[in-house]
Amino acid sequence: MNTSLINYTLHLADTALVMGHRNSEWCGHGPVLEQDIAISNIALDFIGQARNFYQYAASLSGNGATEDTLAYLRDVQDFKNLLITEIPNGDWAQTTLRQFLVSSYQYYLYQQLQYSTDEQLAAIAAKSLKEVTYHVRWSSEWVIRLGDGTEESHQRLLKAVDEIWNFTGEMFVPAAYEQELNTNKTGVDVLAIQPLWLHKVQEVFAEATISIPAKSFIQQGGKTGIHTEYLGYILAEMQFLQRAYPGAEW
Amino acid sequence: MTILTDHIKEVKHKIWSLLETVNDPEVPVLSVIDLGIIRDVQIEQSGATGYKPIISITPTYSGCPAMDVISMQIRMVLLEAGFTTIEIKQVLSPAWTTEWMSAEGKDKLKAYGIAPPQYKQAVCTPDAFQAEEAIQCPQCNSWNTTMVSQFGSTACKALYKCEDCKEPFDYFKCH
Repeated sequence: MNTSLINYTLHLADTALVMGHRNSEWCGHGPVLEQDIAISNIALDFIGQARNFYQYAASLSGNGATEDTLAYLRDVQDFKNLLITEIPNGDWAQTTLRQFLVSSYQYYLYQQLQYSTDEQLAAIAAKSLKEVTYHVRWSSEWVIRLGDGTEESHQRLLKAVDEIWNFTGEMFVPAAYEQELNTNKTGVDVLAIQPLWLHKVQEVFAEATISIPAKSFIQQGGKTGIHTEYLGYILAEMQFLQRAYPGAEW
Repeated sequence: MTILTDHIKEVKHKIWSLLETVNDPEVPVLSVIDLGIIRDVQIEQSGATGYKPIISITPTYSGCPAMDVISMQIRMVLLEAGFTTIEIKQVLSPAWTTEWMSAEGKDKLKAYGIAPPQYKQAVCTPDAFQAEEAIQCPQCNSWNTTMVSQFGSTACKALYKCEDCKEPFDYFKCH
């Protein structure tokens, strides 16, 4: 059993699941109907991607693991999602900015991962990339619209950058399992995609008339199970049913 | 041996025509074949006289909620036709594209009021504020249409409106 491959697959799955969950919190609360539908659709894409990764992780783990046991019965310290996905949604500026930062990262990540020597990871990445491409387009339009919009929207975007920029550095600090999978081209070298990501962010920020903050402290730990206080609340909500009524099905 | 091969061919043919009767629950005018999500049909011998169909399907979108319903419906149709062992496999690669939709399916979509995907959709890139493709209104055939929202009523569609007949309509997202 390849522990690093399982951990890596779970890291990708957890990031997609938690992001999907946060986005789904907007369902019924979006600023206008069309955007409510947009963010809910994006949530659905993320949860679909998470399912594909969990199904693969379950097949690698054996021991009766299923996509459901992995999503519903692991605890906070087992989750390996990026911290940026678990921080609260904030306002629409914070949500769309986070979407842009995460989707751009995933865009370059999956672009590489589709050539993975692991066939299943490659297939999931190629499939997800098409959806992520669309998310990048939607979210960068919002960042530009808000940044280059009114005084109020500009201020809100600046505040959002202030709130979440510290969480972006973690994307490019490889965990041990990422490093191990780099050596045989199963995973992606996150250090190599950092300049591509930064270039994209710079381009969109310039159009949004805002700038990238100076080098800052990097909040990290998510990849190895050290989380913010928010993840526990997310899991409590997400996992309640399965824990209260084990094995409940639709 | 040739008799057996011929027979398997016949069974395959029958399965393909059965699949034609399974529709997408979200776009009910399209069969799963029109939609291009049936990737392969294989037949294995099962027991002394039976056959086991192995159907490979691919999702349009990773999170498409119709996939579970579609798998169930395929199973039902095959069970009703007398197949007792059935395998439905989900394949992800190569990833579904709107280009796999049949010409017949595109016509049915338009008649249903959904603008069918163009041949070679042009705007599948991450760049913001791209010039939109000209999409024809499925109601009045006007090209004077605009996008209302990049996302629509299902994962695979975007929302448009016609500036001439003023009708809103769905269009398949570039994918």
